[in-house]
Amino acid sequence: MGHKVLMKGNEAIAEAAIQNGCLHFFGYPITPQTEISEYMAKRMPKVGGLCLQAESEVAAINMVMGAAAAGSRVMTSSSSPGVSLKSEGISYIVGCDLPCVIVNVQRGGPGLGGIQPSQADYYQSTKANGHGDLHLFVVAPASVQEMATLTGVAFDVADKYRTPALILADGALGQMMEPVDFDVEKKTDLPEKSWAANGHGGKRKKNIINSLFMDPVDLENSIKERFERYAAMAENETRWEELMVEDADIVMVAYGITSRICKTAINAARAKGIKVGLIRPITLWPFPAAALKKAAETAKHFMVCELNMGQMVDDVKVAIDCARPVSFYGRTGGVMPSSEEVLAEIEKIAGGLAK
Amino acid sequence: MQISSYFPCPPRLLIVAGHFGAGKTNVALNLAYMLKAEGREVTLIDLDIVNPYFRAADAENALRAVGIQYINPPFANTNVDIPVLSADIQRVFPMLEQNPNASVIFDVGGDNGAVALGRYHVELTRLGAYMLCVENAYRPLTDSPEAMLENLREIEAYSRLRCNAIVNNSNLGEETSAADLLDALPTMEAFSALAGLPILFTTVCAPLRETDLPHGPIKSPVWEIQNYTRKLF
Repeated sequence: MGHKVLMKGNEAIAEAAIQNGCLHFFGYPITPQTEISEYMAKRMPKVGGLCLQAESEVAAINMVMGAAAAGSRVMTSSSSPGVSLKSEGISYIVGCDLPCVIVNVQRGGPGLGGIQPSQADYYQSTKANGHGDLHLFVVAPASVQEMATLTGVAFDVADKYRTPALILADGALGQMMEPVDFDVEKKTDLPEKSWAANGHGGKRKKNIINSLFMDPVDLENSIKERFERYAAMAENETRWEELMVEDADIVMVAYGITSRICKTAINAARAKGIKVGLIRPITLWPFPAAALKKAAETAKHFMVCELNMGQMVDDVKVAIDCARPVSFYGRTGGVMPSSEEVLAEIEKIAGGLAK
Repeated sequence: MQISSYFPCPPRLLIVAGHFGAGKTNVALNLAYMLKAEGREVTLIDLDIVNPYFRAADAENALRAVGIQYINPPFANTNVDIPVLSADIQRVFPMLEQNPNASVIFDVGGDNGAVALGRYHVELTRLGAYMLCVENAYRPLTDSPEAMLENLREIEAYSRLRCNAIVNNSNLGEETSAADLLDALPTMEAFSALAGLPILFTTVCAPLRETDLPHGPIKSPVWEIQNYTRKLF
C-alpha cells in the first residue's frame, strides 16, 4: 500500500501493526474496537500471520505473553472493561520483560459504562495497569494517521526497552474515517531477541522467562534494572506537540481526540485576541513534563481538557511544581465537549486574567 | 440533475449496500433528500446493525424537518444500541403497494450486516427492490476489482438478493481531489466489468463539483452529493 487510503482509526492500527511485522493477534470483541479484530481476521491469513479470537480477554493477554516470550511481534486490543481484565496479564508481561502492544480504544466507565468515546482510563494507563512497580509506554494518537504511525512507534519502543506498549485511543478515533499514508519507515537498529524462548536446538543455553523470584533481593535488583530502562525511555522516547505556546497566557493541555476539539477552540480564541496555546502530550508515559515546566516560565494559567473528570490535572501540577494555576474542563461518560463549550471556558479564564 | 431519471425503473424500493465504510449511509441520505426534492414521499430505513457510531440517526431531526419518514433501530444512539430491527419496517411493504409515489430506501450495514436484509428478502424480491452496491476504491480491503467482487458476492449471499448496479463512491474524505477521483476509475470500471453490473453514478462530494472534473474520462453519470456525516470538531 504505497498510496493513501481512507480508513477507520481501528483499521489503521490493525494495518499498521501488520506492516510493522506483527504476526500474532489475540483479541476478543468489544465495542468500540471490534474492527481491529475483524480487520486482523481478514488480513492475517493473507500475510501468513495468526489472528485468534480467544475465549476471553484474560486468555488473549496470556496468549500475547506466550507469543512475546517466543520472540514474536504480537498485539492485543480491547476497550476499557476488557483492558481491566487484562491487567493481571500485563503485570506478568512486565515482570517477564516481554515486548508487546496493547490497544485500548476507550469507552465510558466505570463498570460496563457505555460505548461512546472516553478518556477515563488515563489513571489506569499511566499509573497502574496491573500490580507491582511498573510503567507502560503509553501513546495517545490524535488522528487516524497517528493511529497508524504511533502503532509502529509502540512496537519499536516495546522491542527496544522490552516493555509492553499501550496505545490509548478512544471510540471516536477508532470509528472515524480519515485518509492515511502507510509509508512505514522500518527500524533497523532494533536489538536481537537473544532472550526469546524459541527453541535452542542444543546450540545455546536455555532461556527462562519468568516473573517469580525466590530471593527478594533478586526481585529488587530486577526492578531497579527495569527502572533504569524506564529512565532511558523518559530520556529518549518522550513525545509531544506544541501549538502557539511561545506567547500564550493560557496553555491548554490535551491529548488524543480532545486536542482536536481544543485546536478548533484555540483558533477561535486567537481570532478574538486571546493568547492561548496547546501542549499535546503524545506520550502519556513518559509524560512531557519538561515541556510543561518550560511553558510555565511564560504562561499565566494552565487549562487541562479531557474526556474524564480531570485525571491528568495532577500530572500537570507536578510537572510545573504548582507554579501556575491549573484548571480543568471536560465532559465524561461518553459525552464530547463542543469547541464552543471549550472556547467559553477559555474566555472565562482570559476574563479572570485580565482583572 | 433529476436523480430518479438515472434509474432504469422508478426508484420506489432502493437498497443501499456495500463494503463497511464505503459511504452507504451518506449515499442513502443524499438519495433521500434528492428524491424528496423531486416530490416523492420518502421513507429512509436505517438497517445498520453493525456500526453503532455513525448512523443516519445522527441526521434524524434534519430528515424529519423536510418530511422524510425515518425508521431507525430502537435504542439507536444510546448505550443499548444493539442489533434490533424496528417492527415499523414491516409497514412499508403494503404502503409501497398502495402508493405509487412512495420511495423506500434501505440503508444497510456493511459486509455481513446485509444479513439483516435476508429477513425481508421475500417482500423485497416480490416488490422488485433495486440494490445498489456502494464501493470506494480507497478502502484498503476493497482496493482491487477482485476484492470488491468478493465483497459483492458476500453481500448477495447474506442478503439473499442480487445487486443491480454499482455506485462509485471513491473518495479520501475531505482531502479528495479531482485527480483522486480519476485515479480510482480504472479499478471501478474493472470491477463493473467483472461483476457485469453498470456504474449507475460516480459521486463527487462537495466542496468538489462536477465542473472540477475533466469531460470524457468518467463514463457514468456524475452525481454531486453533500457530506452529511457527523462532524466531531
